[in-house]
Amino acid sequence: MIASQRFKATVLSVVMLLIFLGIWEGLNIAPTDTAPKSEYELLMGGASQEARVPPPSAVIKRAFEELSNPFYDAGPNDKGIGIQLGYSLYRVLTGFFFAALVALPIGFLVGMSPLMHKALDPFIQVLRPISPLAWMPLALFIIQDSEASAIFVIFICSIWPMLINTAFGVANVRQDWINVARTHELGSFKTALQVILPAAAPTILTGMRISIGIAWLVIVAAEMLVGGTGIGYYVWNEWNNLDLISVIFSILMIGIVGMMLDLALGRISRLVEYEE
Amino acid sequence: MSNHFLEVQGLAKRYPNPGSEQDLTVFENANFGINKGEFVCIIGHSGCGKSTILNILAGLDEASDGAVIMNDKEVIGPSLDRGVVFQNYSLLPWRSTLKNITFAVQARWPNWSKEQVLEHSMKFLELVGLNGVEHRKPSQLSGGMRQRVSIARAFATQPQLLLMDEPFGALDALTRGLIQEELLKIWEETHQTVFMITHDVDEAILLSDRILLMTNGPHAQVAESVSVSIPRPRNRTDIIHHPAYYKIRNHLVDFLVNRSKELNDSAASDTTNKAVSYDIHPVVVDPAIDGNETEQQTQSKQAAI
Repeated sequence: MIASQRFKATVLSVVMLLIFLGIWEGLNIAPTDTAPKSEYELLMGGASQEARVPPPSAVIKRAFEELSNPFYDAGPNDKGIGIQLGYSLYRVLTGFFFAALVALPIGFLVGMSPLMHKALDPFIQVLRPISPLAWMPLALFIIQDSEASAIFVIFICSIWPMLINTAFGVANVRQDWINVARTHELGSFKTALQVILPAAAPTILTGMRISIGIAWLVIVAAEMLVGGTGIGYYVWNEWNNLDLISVIFSILMIGIVGMMLDLALGRISRLVEYEE
Repeated sequence: MSNHFLEVQGLAKRYPNPGSEQDLTVFENANFGINKGEFVCIIGHSGCGKSTILNILAGLDEASDGAVIMNDKEVIGPSLDRGVVFQNYSLLPWRSTLKNITFAVQARWPNWSKEQVLEHSMKFLELVGLNGVEHRKPSQLSGGMRQRVSIARAFATQPQLLLMDEPFGALDALTRGLIQEELLKIWEETHQTVFMITHDVDEAILLSDRILLMTNGPHAQVAESVSVSIPRPRNRTDIIHHPAYYKIRNHLVDFLVNRSKELNDSAASDTTNKAVSYDIHPVVVDPAIDGNETEQQTQSKQAAI
C-alpha cells in the first residue's frame, strides 16, 4: 500500500518535471528569422538580438560537462563547481561550528536559569532580527579580512535558532526527569549531561537544522558581496559573464547541496530522538 | 519522640492565596512515625496533600511548617537514602530498561565496577520478572512493565525508606493485581521500609501494616492510624476471607465516604486549632479489635483536640 503510493508519487514527480521542462524548452526556441538580414546583422554574424533564457537541454549539457570535471582550477575566474561549493561549505561549516560552540552553552544557561533568561532576553530579541548581511561592513572593518568576515556572517546567523531552541529544550525538560536526577543525588553537571542534554537533544538538533538551512541561504548572498571564491561568487561571476546557462546550473547546485545538508542533520537528529 | 525510624512532626503546607491575606493551608499538624521495616499506606481524597507529604519526605518539596526526621537527622533535600517510585514511572525514555537501572545503581555506588553495576541491576530486573526485555526502550514496554522497571530501579538502590506515589494508579485492574503480588513478594524478601500513597482501599489492606487516613483539604489532617492486623504472608485471594478484612475495609470506606469531610468541617470551625501543634497525633485504631465503638471514640478524641 505505502510502497505503491511511493511509486505513484515518483511517477507523478517525473511527469511534472517532464511537463515543466517541455514547456521551458518549447518557449525558448530561438525564432528563425524569415526576413532577409540587414547589412548590420550580417556584419554581427547574424545573431538574434533577442536575449532568451537558455533552454533546459543546454543546462543539462552544461551540468554534464561541469560535473564530469568538478575540481579543475584554471585561475581565479575559472574554477570547477566542486571547488566553489567546497569553499562555500567550508565557510558554512566553520561558521556553524563556532556558532554551536557559543550558542549551546549560552542556551543551556538561559534554559536552566530564569534569571539569566530574563537578563539576556532583551539582547537576543534585538540581535536576532538583524539581517546577517547588515553585519558585513562592520565585520569587514573590524576583521579586515573578507574570508573571515563571510564566516563571521554565517556565525552570527547560525547562533539564534540554536540558542533559542537549546534554551527552550532545556527549560522544558520534564520536571519528573529532573526529580529523578535529584532523588539520585546527581550534581548539576551530571544532571545537565545525563538528563537534561539527552532530554533536550531533539529540540537542540531541530535548532541546528534550522541554523544550517539559514546559513546556506546566507552564504550565497555573503559570497556575492565578498567575492573571490564560493558558489555565491560563482553565480554572480557567471552573471557578469552573461553566461545564464551556468547561472541556472549553479542555482540548481545550491538547491541540491542545501538539501543534502538538511538531510545530514535530519539523520543526526534521528539518532538522538526518543519516544516517550 | 525519636523512637520511630522516621518521625514527621507538625508538618504543614501553605500556599499564598491570591486576593486574600491568609495563606491557603493544604494540610497542617501532620504528626506520625514510621518504624523500620514497616509498610505504611496513606489514603485520602484528592487535594488533601498526600502527594505533597510524600514529596516533602522525598526532599523534593519544602514544608511550610514542621520537620521530617529520619534516623535522628532532619530531612533536607533529596537523598539516595529515600527512593521514590513516581506515579508516571518517570523512566528516562532515551535509555534502555537496563540502562535506567544502571543509572540508579551507578549513582548509588559510584565506585563500583561496570560488571558489579550490571550484575546488581540484572538481579533486580529479574526480581520483578523483566529479564529478557532489558534492551528495550520504555516506550516499547506496557504500562505494567514500565512500573516494574520503576520499582526495580527504586529497590536496586536499597534506600532506607521507599516512597511510592500511587504507583499502580495508572494501571488496569488485572495488571495492578499482579504487580501488587510481586511487590508483596519483594517486600517479604527485603523488609524494605515503605511509605505509599494509594486511592485503593483493598490495595492498602493487602500491602500495609498500617494505614494513615487523611481528612479532606484544605486544612487536611492525618486523623487516624489504622492497624492492619492480618498476618503475613498475605495474598490477594485468601486475605478477603480473613475475619478482620471487612472490619478494616468498612472502617476505611466509612472514613472516606463520611467522616473525612465531617472531621474536616469540625476542625475548620475550631479556631484554636490554627496554631502548630506537635501534640495532635492521629488516633490509633484497630478495627479488628475495636469493632464498632471506634467511631464514637474517635469523635470524642477529635473533639478534645
